Amino acid sequence: MAEPLLDVRDLMVSFRTEEGVVRAVEGVSFALEPGEVLAIVGESGSGKSVAVGTLMGLTRSPNARFEGEARLRAARREHGGLELVGASEGKLRRVRGKDIAMIFQDPMTSLNPVQRVGDQIVEQIQAHEQVGDAEGRARAVDLLDRVGIPRAAERARSYPHEFSGGMRQRAMIAMAFSCEPRVLIADEPTTALDVTIQAQILRQIEELRERDTGVILVTHDLGVVADVADRILVMYAGRIVEQGTPDELFYDPQHPYTWGLLGSIARVDRARPKRLAAIEGLPPSLSDRPAGCHFRPRCPHAFGKCVETPALEHRAGLTPGHLDRCLLAGESKRRLREVNGEVGLGAP
Amino acid sequence: MARFVFRRLVSMVLVLFAVSVITFLIFNVIPNGDPAERMAGKIPTETNIAQIRKEWGFDDNVFVQYATMMRKVFSGDLKSYFTQLDVGEEIARGIPATLSLSIGAAVMWMLFALVLGLYSAVKAGKFADRLLTVLALVGISMPVFWIGALMNHYLGFKLEWFPNGGYVGLSEDPLGWFEHLILPWTALSILFIGFYSRVLRSNVLDTINEDYVRTARAKGLSERRVMVKHVLRNSLIPIVTLWGLDFGFVVGGGAILTETVFDLQGVGQYAAESVKQLDQPPVVAVTLFGAFFIVLLNALVDVAYAALDPRIRLEA
Repeated sequence: MAEPLLDVRDLMVSFRTEEGVVRAVEGVSFALEPGEVLAIVGESGSGKSVAVGTLMGLTRSPNARFEGEARLRAARREHGGLELVGASEGKLRRVRGKDIAMIFQDPMTSLNPVQRVGDQIVEQIQAHEQVGDAEGRARAVDLLDRVGIPRAAERARSYPHEFSGGMRQRAMIAMAFSCEPRVLIADEPTTALDVTIQAQILRQIEELRERDTGVILVTHDLGVVADVADRILVMYAGRIVEQGTPDELFYDPQHPYTWGLLGSIARVDRARPKRLAAIEGLPPSLSDRPAGCHFRPRCPHAFGKCVETPALEHRAGLTPGHLDRCLLAGESKRRLREVNGEVGLGAP
Repeated sequence: MARFVFRRLVSMVLVLFAVSVITFLIFNVIPNGDPAERMAGKIPTETNIAQIRKEWGFDDNVFVQYATMMRKVFSGDLKSYFTQLDVGEEIARGIPATLSLSIGAAVMWMLFALVLGLYSAVKAGKFADRLLTVLALVGISMPVFWIGALMNHYLGFKLEWFPNGGYVGLSEDPLGWFEHLILPWTALSILFIGFYSRVLRSNVLDTINEDYVRTARAKGLSERRVMVKHVLRNSLIPIVTLWGLDFGFVVGGGAILTETVFDLQGVGQYAAESVKQLDQPPVVAVTLFGAFFIVLLNALVDVAYAALDPRIRLEA
């Protein structure tokens, strides 16, 4: 296997706030391979956005504390890669937008309203390469054209408010790709868009795989990533609770939280349930999490041992690479997740 | 864009027309008594009053009176019956001082507000920011006639660092012009510096949290470029608007106190003296002059706003 583009080990992020220390990310590890689409799934507050924002250095603040490692091996100018956690602002600036790029959730607000779309792309190219205005503009037009913006030469001179939401997200993708980064982070790229546009944007992201770009796709919607992702990390309250391929997660989910996520997807190919299953309760407060398994208070199957923190590990009988953080025995899991012939969180 | 400018100009003319009608009503129709008698001065003679009545058409209906007044304004045929001086000439004589004061002060308050506001935003919550907050509040709370008088007394009269009031033309003596204006500029600017730096500070702090600023950082731009091109550029739009409006206000009468305190012999001081004597023709003329500048700057601000913020053009 080729060397991973990005190697994250035991990443921890905490913030000092008035309500105490918020531990947003509690030890997340993963490696991103070239051409891989890695999905990070979890509900709001699970720490997924903080984790990827930290890789870009966007969560830095006087109140933030970072631990662990995140080595960007794909950094072209740094021999042996760049350690992103704790990198100087100068070094970080040189890899941001060049080796590792990011697109954001809300394309309506993520572009500068008073700068032409083309100029915003040129600005990024010129931040990293010695390129004249004319050449930069030609490249911007080409990039917009490649993400499927019609009459790109003309549209490059438009302002963001003249674009639809889907076009703005395409422009964001074009911008993210202007310096051909090896790693792309997409933080909920389709959440703010119409369903029809969602599919187009996902296809755009999928195409990047062919260029050996590694993609980290952050979403709260397990349904979105089913087709696109090579691997899925399920995050809950700052920890990865399960990881595996889409097949592994959809057909043999191990963690009750994953069951709950799968059970709450509306499906048109099955009989309509009386009501859509929801996971009872709320995610724990970030500053006051239960000891042991964080999902314990909401889990109908919790038992005595759950007060110990379970490790994220490979368990007997599972395919290699399928890890989870639940202490229930494999046999009980298979039994408990069956709810009326479907996967679901079930009741105790 | 051309259409936008044209439409703005049309509405500007309409507003000026309305202002002139209101001015006319206030001075000539609403007050009791004979307008000709009021205009004629402290010791009016029968012949004077009769002549004024004839000149201003006070025996005719209000429409004719309004038309007569406007014709006098536009043909420069206004005369003070107190001083026997031509009003147009007096205003023209005051314009260099008024514009020197207003333009210089506007540049001064904008420069200081930019530096202090940005510094305050960057140091938000720290000691420097808190100190500037207090200073801004003090600045906003000091009336110009008070701080102006203090400056004049201590820096001009006692220490003799600066000339003690008066105005020197720029073309006659550039250095003298500067020396005579530095205190008035400062006195007039203090309020605006305090106010603008606070507005800029809060704009910058709002803008810094915008998604597009995060995008700019994610693009790998230098912090300096992020601040100037993305944060400051967007934070300045409302400030520039405010700047134009306040400049119009200052030229159109807002500097009356400053001009009077420092004896600058500008249009504002002329207005103040005319009001003191109830000398009606100059007051009418100065009112219209002020209204013209305020309305003109309003229109310019709208055009500038559209140029600065592309989102405005479509909505207009």
